[in-house]
Amino acid sequence: MTDTIYALSSGRPPAAIAVIRISGPQAQAACQQLAGGVPRPRYASLRRLRDAAGATLDQALVLFFPGPHSATGEDLVELHLHGGRAVVRAVETMLSTLPGLVAAEPGAFTRRALRNGRLDLAQTEGLADLLEAETDMQRRAALATAEGGLSRQVESWMDRISLIAARVEAEIDYADEGDVAAATPMSLEPVSELVAELATLVARPPVERLRDGVLVALAGPPNAGKSSLFNALLGRDAAIVTPIAGTTRDVLEASVVREGLPYRLVDTAGLTDVTDDPIEAIGVERARRLAGQADIVLWLGLPRDAPAGAIRVGARHDARPDLDVGQFDATTSVFDATTIDALWAILSDRSRQLLGDAGELRLHRGQRLLIERALGELREIEGLDLLLDAERLRVASRSLGEIVGRDATEAMLDALFRRFCLGK
Amino acid sequence: MREVDALDGLMAIAADDAALHYRMLNRSKGLAVQGPRVQADRQRYRASIQRQLRHLSNLEVIEGEVGQLWLDKDELAGVIFSDGAHFAARAVVLATGTFLAGRIYRGNDREAGGRVGERPAALLAEQLRALALPMGRLKTGTPPRLDGRTIDWAVLEPQPSDDEPWRMSPMASGPRLPQLACAITRTNTRTHEIISAHLDTSPLFSGAIEGGGPRYCPSIEDKVHRFADRDGHQIFLEPEGLDDHVVYPNGISTSLSIEAQQAMIQSIAGLERAAITQWGYAVEYDYIDPRSLDHRLALRALPGVFCAGQLNGTTGYEEAAAQGVIAGLNAAAHALDTAAAIIDRATGYIGVMIDDLVLQGVSEPYRMLTARAEYRLALRADNAEARLSDWANEVGCLGDTRKAHVERRMAQRASLRVAPDPATVDADPDLIREVEEDRRYAPYLERQAQEIERMRRDGGIAIDSAPAALAAIPGLSTEMIERLGQSRPGTLDEASRVRGVTPAALAALWLHSRRKT
Repeated sequence: MTDTIYALSSGRPPAAIAVIRISGPQAQAACQQLAGGVPRPRYASLRRLRDAAGATLDQALVLFFPGPHSATGEDLVELHLHGGRAVVRAVETMLSTLPGLVAAEPGAFTRRALRNGRLDLAQTEGLADLLEAETDMQRRAALATAEGGLSRQVESWMDRISLIAARVEAEIDYADEGDVAAATPMSLEPVSELVAELATLVARPPVERLRDGVLVALAGPPNAGKSSLFNALLGRDAAIVTPIAGTTRDVLEASVVREGLPYRLVDTAGLTDVTDDPIEAIGVERARRLAGQADIVLWLGLPRDAPAGAIRVGARHDARPDLDVGQFDATTSVFDATTIDALWAILSDRSRQLLGDAGELRLHRGQRLLIERALGELREIEGLDLLLDAERLRVASRSLGEIVGRDATEAMLDALFRRFCLGK
Repeated sequence: MREVDALDGLMAIAADDAALHYRMLNRSKGLAVQGPRVQADRQRYRASIQRQLRHLSNLEVIEGEVGQLWLDKDELAGVIFSDGAHFAARAVVLATGTFLAGRIYRGNDREAGGRVGERPAALLAEQLRALALPMGRLKTGTPPRLDGRTIDWAVLEPQPSDDEPWRMSPMASGPRLPQLACAITRTNTRTHEIISAHLDTSPLFSGAIEGGGPRYCPSIEDKVHRFADRDGHQIFLEPEGLDDHVVYPNGISTSLSIEAQQAMIQSIAGLERAAITQWGYAVEYDYIDPRSLDHRLALRALPGVFCAGQLNGTTGYEEAAAQGVIAGLNAAAHALDTAAAIIDRATGYIGVMIDDLVLQGVSEPYRMLTARAEYRLALRADNAEARLSDWANEVGCLGDTRKAHVERRMAQRASLRVAPDPATVDADPDLIREVEEDRRYAPYLERQAQEIERMRRDGGIAIDSAPAALAAIPGLSTEMIERLGQSRPGTLDEASRVRGVTPAALAALWLHSRRKT
């Protein structure tokens, strides 16, 4: 018997609305219990949600999507609650007491959609991104994949590879026949065209940057003003999404959205080489690593020490009025909001370049690896040894097939393991 | 053919005994893409097969028409001839060719028959249909035959037999027959006009034939219809025998009316005055959906019955011979209660073909194309012996002469493989080439070997695809249950090759199999 799963499917409360989804054979029963009835399929209905004792939990919009034509392929109920923490907690507690209902594990809804044939693998990954999308830009990019944009693109490439392969196969098996012999030698142009298209997609900014945010690291020697600037950057019209607790010796990180762009701001501990404190040593090491991975580094040290490509920030301008402004890309004072806004403007410009056009398809790391493998094979095609060319086309096609899950044994199993936690 | 030979089948030896013309396809290209082709003298080929069969001391040949399978309480007991004679057997191999309920079509003429002038197997067809087996119809065709003495060879481009002597089988012993040249001619726009004008007499286009025909060697009327932009199609004129004047015009199989065939032939260069000795025709016949077979080519519904050849939806001599070997081996294994004999996709084209047949079924007569194999770099015509000898020896299908041959060659191969330069080793020249070729493709072979290993490991997860078991798996749609139920894959990897099975269905199967363990 399949469990019925439920989970908060919208962002973390508090928020104006919180959406809880219930999927599985007991979804209707749960809805009946909680809302006193099941609304007409696919129509929103305002209901009073009550606990077992009959006390009101919340007034909510309730929707019912009967399986198999729902997002998960099962009966699916959506509760649109008032987005307070207590409301959400109360409804979740109530659901947990109902028979056959269990809290969903991460990815469980998507996994059911995949299992019930509602999505292919590429769409699944796109949907996961769409669910996690925090900004409009993320939403548009994820939607392109979730709606099958990547699948369609990949399948059209596979069709074209099939055509080229057919030509090679004809030369191998039917070299004798008039049609094949009379045709002009195989042109490599369709291969070059494919190579160019695959390369273009691979060159696009990765989906991770869009999903997790542009990684901005504040770096520099101890006491350069990193933490104050970090707080100042967060303080100005930036919504803190997930503040991660830490000490000043560790790395402080926060996800923020500003002007629709996602960022991961990281305040690194002072990049001191020598330290006797083991905890600080760990912090310094992490800081170094993060600064290395960062998409953008805000350098608060001496301009001449700045890593290549870093934004040189003259911090604490208020305390250092004699700063040579010309050496810096920006000077800031936490007491002067306009200087912080100016720094944000620089960050926005850089980030927009890094993120590219939102409506474009983007690749996950796994998808990128597969396309790169296909690309590598296609680039090797030289029109000399037919058998090797056929083999390269086969591997290229197989790699692309894995993206949409057309090849079962490997792609499917790998993807399942990668995406979902299984095998307890 | 080389694989059948490596399993000690008779075909390649007979082909060499009767070869009139040798042609190595892609001779100028790499060894791995070369395709050995032989044209055999019909009568001598038949004589060679008969002679080889007579030498098999434990074989008794009984000729007669099998009217039906002898069933005792729904279990196989043997076969019953149409004259009433009963023959008891624990295992029976059905190889019905185009004879099972065969029906011949030419223009508006229809007659029952499996080949021209030969009666169809009608009784057996009735019985198989009555047993509610999944039977269907397929069609194939043959061209009109010509009298070689009436062909104007002088105006045609000759295609001589290969100068360099090579053989289909290393066991061939007799001398090479005198070689005959073929010739090449073409259809032209005039031919195509004639064909188009007579299309209404073609049973293929009038809808009289329900069976599906092949895409790869279609009838000439199909070619003209489907490739309307071509102004000509090639025809190979192939002599059928040394003592025989009949010529087989390869490339113009047809079921058009006699008048149309006559006009068509006369429109072709070199054939203007050619006399037709036998008219072309299409033949439609019963086949059994091969998804009702397992990898032994055994009929699941009736233990002890094995099927081979056109009955399983294939076309071609080599395809039939290969299935004959596998069905025969497994019929013997069934009768003797020994282990099944199965070649997997990574070991031979035979394995690819049977796996395709029993998992995917057919929608047209199946032909073995090298492109169907995933591991083609390893599956070459020149290394069939290296791939299959050990397996053949294990299942016990090698005769003493072949065994001695294989042992000698295995020893040579072993020393060649360790030699820094194979060319300097004293060994059979074809073995030296084989080992050199292996080395050339070594990095790719290595990669394929890993892929094969992964496939065997990941795909080996056993699944129960009996309909009742499938129905109990959550998330499998009715359509998927039906598709999997028809082909009955035994592992997840096999399931992935069943036509139309979705990744979602595989995921469901996989999750279910994990839950059980």
